[in-house]
Amino acid sequence: MKQLVVRSLAAGLFAAGLLGGTAGAALAAKDSLTLGMVLEPPHLDPTAGAAAAIDEVVYANIFEGLTRIDRRGEVQPALAESWTISGDGLVYTFRLQGGVKYHDGSDFDSADVKFALDRAMAEDSTNAQKGLFAPIASVETPDASTVVITLKQVAGDFLFNLGWGDAVIVAPESAAENKNNPIGTGPFKFDRWVKGDRVEMSRNPDYWGEAAGLAKATIKIIPDPAAATAALLAGDVDAFANFPAPEALGQFENDPRFTVAVGSTEGETILAMNNAGAALKDVRVRRALAHAIDRKAVIDGAMFGYGTPIGSHFAPHHPAYVDLTDRYLHDPEKAKALLAEAGYGDGLSLSLKLPPPSYARRSGEVVAAQLAAVGVKTEIIQVEWAQWLDQVFKGRDYDLTIVSHTEPMDIGIYARDDYYFNYDDAGFKALMAKLGATLDEAARNGLLAEAQEKLAEDSVNVFLFQFAKPGVWNKDLVGLWENSPVQANDLTEVNWKE
Amino acid sequence: MPGDIGPGEALAPAWREYWMRGRSSAGFVIGLAVTALLVAVALVSLVWTPYQVDVMDIPVKLQAPSAAHWLGTDQFGRDVLSRLMAGAVNSIAVSLVAVGIGAGLGVPLGALAAARRGIIEEVVMRFNDFTFAFPALLSAVMITAILGPGAVNSIIAIGIFNIPVFARLTRGASLSLWQRDFVLAARVAGKGRTRITAEHILPNIASLLIVQMTIQFALAILAEAGLSYLGLGTQPPAPSWGKMLNEAQTLMYLAPQLAIFPGLAIMGTVLGLNLLGDGLRDLLDPRLRRLR
Amino acid sequence: MAVFLLQRLAAFIVTLLVASLVVFLVMEVLPGDPAALMLGVSARPDTLAALRSEMGLDLPAAQRYLLWLGGLVSGDLGTSYTYGVPVWELVRERIGLSLPLALIAICLSTLIAIPLGVLAAARHNKPADVGVMGFTQLGVAVPNFWFAILLILVFAVHWQVLPAGGFAGWDAGFWPALKTLLLPAVALALPQAAILARVTRSSVLETLGEDYVRTARAKGLTRRAALWRHALRNALIPVVTIMGLQFSFLLAGTIIIENVFYLPGLGRLIFQAIAQRDLIVVKDLVILLAASVVAVNFIVDLLYAVLDPRLRGGGHAG
Repeated sequence: MKQLVVRSLAAGLFAAGLLGGTAGAALAAKDSLTLGMVLEPPHLDPTAGAAAAIDEVVYANIFEGLTRIDRRGEVQPALAESWTISGDGLVYTFRLQGGVKYHDGSDFDSADVKFALDRAMAEDSTNAQKGLFAPIASVETPDASTVVITLKQVAGDFLFNLGWGDAVIVAPESAAENKNNPIGTGPFKFDRWVKGDRVEMSRNPDYWGEAAGLAKATIKIIPDPAAATAALLAGDVDAFANFPAPEALGQFENDPRFTVAVGSTEGETILAMNNAGAALKDVRVRRALAHAIDRKAVIDGAMFGYGTPIGSHFAPHHPAYVDLTDRYLHDPEKAKALLAEAGYGDGLSLSLKLPPPSYARRSGEVVAAQLAAVGVKTEIIQVEWAQWLDQVFKGRDYDLTIVSHTEPMDIGIYARDDYYFNYDDAGFKALMAKLGATLDEAARNGLLAEAQEKLAEDSVNVFLFQFAKPGVWNKDLVGLWENSPVQANDLTEVNWKE
Repeated sequence: MPGDIGPGEALAPAWREYWMRGRSSAGFVIGLAVTALLVAVALVSLVWTPYQVDVMDIPVKLQAPSAAHWLGTDQFGRDVLSRLMAGAVNSIAVSLVAVGIGAGLGVPLGALAAARRGIIEEVVMRFNDFTFAFPALLSAVMITAILGPGAVNSIIAIGIFNIPVFARLTRGASLSLWQRDFVLAARVAGKGRTRITAEHILPNIASLLIVQMTIQFALAILAEAGLSYLGLGTQPPAPSWGKMLNEAQTLMYLAPQLAIFPGLAIMGTVLGLNLLGDGLRDLLDPRLRRLR
Repeated sequence: MAVFLLQRLAAFIVTLLVASLVVFLVMEVLPGDPAALMLGVSARPDTLAALRSEMGLDLPAAQRYLLWLGGLVSGDLGTSYTYGVPVWELVRERIGLSLPLALIAICLSTLIAIPLGVLAAARHNKPADVGVMGFTQLGVAVPNFWFAILLILVFAVHWQVLPAGGFAGWDAGFWPALKTLLLPAVALALPQAAILARVTRSSVLETLGEDYVRTARAKGLTRRAALWRHALRNALIPVVTIMGLQFSFLLAGTIIIENVFYLPGLGRLIFQAIAQRDLIVVKDLVILLAASVVAVNFIVDLLYAVLDPRLRGGGHAG
């Protein structure tokens, strides 16, 4: 009994000591970060799932690939310290970093690279971006620090693609367990995941490169915008790299404790149209819809002003971008005229299926009201992601939907067979094939401009706005990404100001 | 349960007497007034609202209450008062049909169980037990997950969970009536079970059912609001009180009033209906009055 | 008594079996493919097929039902599709939130309701009674999620003394964790308190009218003494049963309240699992909830049988 009392007393003191300890640490130089995130990852293996939330936790922090994408969207060496490309553009020879260890202490070498790439390409692979590896003919390992990848055809963006989260290098010993216990080579190692609440990681003392500035990073899942606002105000989280409530940004902009940075993303938000639909297969109807939409009102109403209007499926910050926003100006009269010309003068009824995120639901309501003004009646159907994938994406059973296409440089989706837009255009496919075989930067940009023109001309979808990335963080925090060239929260350069 | 009433005078409603009694019950009067007001507002909104319900005016979004917009505007600049008025129609329609389904199927089932006993009764009562094993809200969430969200599907979800309520009540009340002398007399006279149920049983439990319908109506209003709040009920742009609350939650820092008015509407409606139900119970069955 | 027990036990098992079948069938017709959801928009058909077979989705339905049922009986709840961990682990993590939340709520509602109910009964038809009854009318009429929003508005937005949502976790310490559960518990407790106060009041009034209480008063006990010594103890029997029933409703009521406050509890888990088509988690949780409701009903039946001798003679308690 006495022992028990002593022991619980000791435990109490220990707990008190711990509390005092953290308070003391807060006064000293802070070296931990709590980052808020909206969506919880389904698991933590970026090579086995499409969810962006996985990359937002592990990319560049826990896992690394041969190359990595930096904050400007450019390709940098990572596990490959350098590479050479053969004259015909088909053979890539990578020289690997030396002295790299996985978090479980095992060594990294060329065999791991071969394992990881073969695993991603395999028949029974569950990699969500198998297409990235489609050009690969073979992976060879002449020695422990060299990897030779031979391609079937020239792939202009191959190095960029190797920098995706889906192409990170995993070890054969730990690959199967990465979903719940991710073992990578990155500057942070995984500590634990409290499901539904947070993921914790800490600095990897044996990291091969420059050590991380933070000793500890906690990623806290806060799905609710109101709760996110409260958590920032209360100091429960230090930062939201992608803050979910544009309506509350004004408040943070006026608060000296916070930095607000509105960056760009790769997210083209579109009103997608079923180009095979009874009415929508007529380009005049699609153009009428484009004229009916007031992008500014959509951005103001749904995004509280955050977002950049776009006129085609392309990110405005990209060098090849062409501003096509004046192609279909907001003009209800013209929309009505075009509809009448197409034989829908007395009205048209379309379904509008909206996935869960608030940008889609809110934009949908504004779009529905604007379409109603030109005589197009929409039936809004709110769906969960599972249904959206099933009905819209796979079944193509829809007229209109609103979704943000967040993958970088994804204009190529318009050339895919059986893609949910049902836009089947030989001319555009030829354009994309030509792009794939072109390596010269200027020539590529010219082709990309042509592709943007073509999509606008055919009014394949109504292109609404480029998603903004409103970040809110403590003013003493530096190094977070403002823009989002890939979906990631790269914490390697994050630090507290002295 | 109704008192000793003979077959001939089965609940011959002495409405004048009820009215005299009712006027003296404050709860009943308030309940009746609130319910009448709700119905009136809903009817008015069918022909007139201060602003068009769905028309957006984004430049004037999130305004506080003013002379132009008595209850302010929402995130799309729509008039909150107009949307609340139109939301009343939605709430009443969904709840009315849902309770209708519940009573329409539940009462015959309960009456059948009481009239036939045996295996039919056992099946009906097991079904009852079974539905009680699932929390109603959980089941409603699952039903809307299968059928997809929407007003019609939330009616079905709420309706299904009203069936056992009425079945249980009807069976319980009818069982004792079947032992009464006037029913036995009717059976001796050669009347069939269906006819006895229609002529003697149902009229005698009518008051009980009316009271229960009022209570269930109030519960249905709450359930519809809950489903809409979760995004499973009425779909936009149609206005619904629960949905308005859901949207208001993320805007609480900017426009707290948006989170207040729809809730007041729900609470007022439910309060009114409950008071009306209690009042009716007291009127129709004074013996219970002492305990309430 | 034994016959009665066996009867109830058989009904208990049959109800659960039927429930499991219904839940399974419901999950079968639920639109949306969990494998497709995990792989997202650029999945290729062969990838999808690989994942479906990994998840066991390609087996015939009857076989999957039996496998699942067998797992349940042997205590193996299966593996979550989305999280890839045993469902039991998820339940254990979440129940650490939902159970304390329900307990706090039930304590709060009892602490509010019983004194109010007794007060109302003791001051029958006096202003205090009218006031309590008015409160209960309001409490029953307020949608709990709206009450929750109001609490957030006042305590989190306006005064900023309590968090607007989220759960600190018990390892953050007892008080910080409790703080995050306080508003949700109050929001859950209020409607329950209103119902409980009504039951307490009518139950006390009823026992006050019973013969033995009247006899006690005739023997010279004051009304107050009669109330405390005799009426209250007997009046509490129905109150306790109602509380038992409320507990399972509280567990379910957390679905909406956990959504309002974004608490990672069982209710939110079930809601998310439905949206993410994590069918195995939905099936398991629904069965667990149904089992707990049925079990509480069963226990209540037993309690009645013990407390009320009239029921022991093989009477029908359904």
